[in-house]
Amino acid sequence: MSRDHRPSYLEIRDLRVVFDKFVAVDGVDLRVEQGDLRFLIGPNGAGKTTTIDAVTALAPAQGSINHNGHELVGRKTHKIVRYGVGRTFQTASVFEDLTVLQNLDIAAGLRRRPRDMVRTRQEVSPRILEVMETTGLSRHQETKAGVLSHGQKQWLEIGMLMVQDATVLLLDEPVAGMSQGERDATGELLTKLAADHVVVVVEHDMEFLRKYAQSVTVMAAGKVIAEGTVAQVQADSTVQEIYLGTAGTKSLEEAKVEAELLGLDPEAVAVSGSTQSKEN
Amino acid sequence: MTTTVSPQQTTTTPPTTGSAELPSVAEGAGVWTTGPRGALLGLGIGAVLLLVIAPLTLGGFGLDLLGRYLCVAMVAVGIGLAWGRGGMLTMGQGVYFGLGAYIMAMHMTLADTTLEGETIPTFMRQNGVEQLPELWGIVQHPVVAVAAVILVPTGVAGLLGWAIFSRRVKGAYFAILSQALAAAFAVLIIGQPVLTNGSNGLSNFHSLFGWDLSDQANRTVLFLVVAAVLLVMLAVTWQLYRSRFGELLVAVRDQEERVRFLGYDPALIKTVAYMIAALFAAIGGALFVPVVGIISPADIGVVPSIAFLIGVAIGGRSTWLGPVLGSIAVSFAGTQLASAFPSFWVYLQGLLFILVIGFLPGGLASVLGLVRRRRSQGANDDGGQAAGSTTAPVSSEQEATR
Repeated sequence: MSRDHRPSYLEIRDLRVVFDKFVAVDGVDLRVEQGDLRFLIGPNGAGKTTTIDAVTALAPAQGSINHNGHELVGRKTHKIVRYGVGRTFQTASVFEDLTVLQNLDIAAGLRRRPRDMVRTRQEVSPRILEVMETTGLSRHQETKAGVLSHGQKQWLEIGMLMVQDATVLLLDEPVAGMSQGERDATGELLTKLAADHVVVVVEHDMEFLRKYAQSVTVMAAGKVIAEGTVAQVQADSTVQEIYLGTAGTKSLEEAKVEAELLGLDPEAVAVSGSTQSKEN
Repeated sequence: MTTTVSPQQTTTTPPTTGSAELPSVAEGAGVWTTGPRGALLGLGIGAVLLLVIAPLTLGGFGLDLLGRYLCVAMVAVGIGLAWGRGGMLTMGQGVYFGLGAYIMAMHMTLADTTLEGETIPTFMRQNGVEQLPELWGIVQHPVVAVAAVILVPTGVAGLLGWAIFSRRVKGAYFAILSQALAAAFAVLIIGQPVLTNGSNGLSNFHSLFGWDLSDQANRTVLFLVVAAVLLVMLAVTWQLYRSRFGELLVAVRDQEERVRFLGYDPALIKTVAYMIAALFAAIGGALFVPVVGIISPADIGVVPSIAFLIGVAIGGRSTWLGPVLGSIAVSFAGTQLASAFPSFWVYLQGLLFILVIGFLPGGLASVLGLVRRRRSQGANDDGGQAAGSTTAPVSSEQEATR
């Protein structure tokens, strides 16, 4: 929630990201509000992660990115974070040599005074205890993050976002490598977080998407091609075409599975795939 | 610490494809911080050895030699902070050591000159200088000299550090840059014979703040001051390492980008650590001058700057006491071997450095950590659910280039 208790939002307008001459993101408009659990999907190279990178100043952005009235384009990463934008990465990047508690404490320390920095931590803040409880990491408080399982690391990342006091949560493939049980728990947690945060999830896992997405934005070749509920997106002809059209670039089996999960006819993939191979 | 990790357990969830997991550093090279009791014990033993036993057992020569080792060890403590904890492989601490040393040497030369009833130091007169250069005039007052020893190197490190780290120069590039700085600084000193007496350096000091340096009692007091300063530095680093700043510094070392995404500016954190390292080096340099009696470009250039590193690497750069113990041991070995086999020592130093970086990146302290873990493992074998998963192997390469 924004500090004046109006609902938070993230509004991207006409975003362009260009690397040398390659246009990775080409005029993307995207508005996500608090209370929504938005999934950002699309084939490989669609520009999903690049869009998130642009929001956090990891990729060079043109256009406008606005969070609760603050323009983010042109600002440095750590300043953007201070406006309340937090993110996770595809590869869980926790501080492996520090304990779970130390990781969370650093994440929570954004507004700490210099005087507190040279002191030793005397007690664990209630917020950190709460987050450790929520993410099931209480038992591992003193464990080095480097020895956590992959799923636990992802959870620690989410936990770090939670204590960070972020209002926008950008999660890049948060359930990659997780077991079914861990996925469900993550889904529940994200649903809960979406109530008072702006949450954007980049995800390839279509089953996870169908279960937890409240709205979906589909990107392809740097553009937004569809937006709406899961059902609306599934019914969209452009989406069907894009997902089927990429059949040639991935294995037929993969495309079939993906199409099926999206609720499309897998046989259509086979046809489209075979036409392509003939053309080649 | 209640951490119980059994390496036998394997993870249940396989890592995703493409997510190259970074191996974590072995326990010894990592963040094992000594508790308050251990720290007091360590400092207490150090205090007894340095403040009581050494002055009682060592003669004047031995005490001078040990004092010299301690001054060099101060640089090592700073390098441990910057490199071991902050990942900044600084190969140019000679710059800050030299700044501190030259400021002190200039002050002492001037004081001696005044005692002799002259206004201009002998070497300047020989160079035909008739008026004292302004740069020298500034450090004439002892208080100003001491303030300059503290402020000038720290300020230079702050400016340089900010310029370097905010441009995200790191790893090998930073190492090369810092080494080039040391080379340039030595050249600068040599190139100004009128101001610095060039490659001869400044020497032949008779007094320090009005105390006669040829009096053995004064020299003993000087040694005690050096030892006490080193102990204070160790106490400061101990607190720093267990403070939140210390944790953040390790976080920056291991995942600089990630720290940025938590809203911190890594450049600021690194600059602060770099400044503290520079301060320690400068104080070491300033005390080196009265203890050893000479400072010349040969003490501050590329070779001595690298020599500072060797003890740190051997002792265990990311540990609390590793750098200081390693540095003193290498200095001691250097004195013993250099007189017996002068050229051999240089090769041995190089070989030791390569061996440690290649095969024991955590330094000798990691051997200690390994033994500790073996023991605690034996104790934990029969009970306790382990925390998580696999223990990753030591990554020597990755560590060394940081």
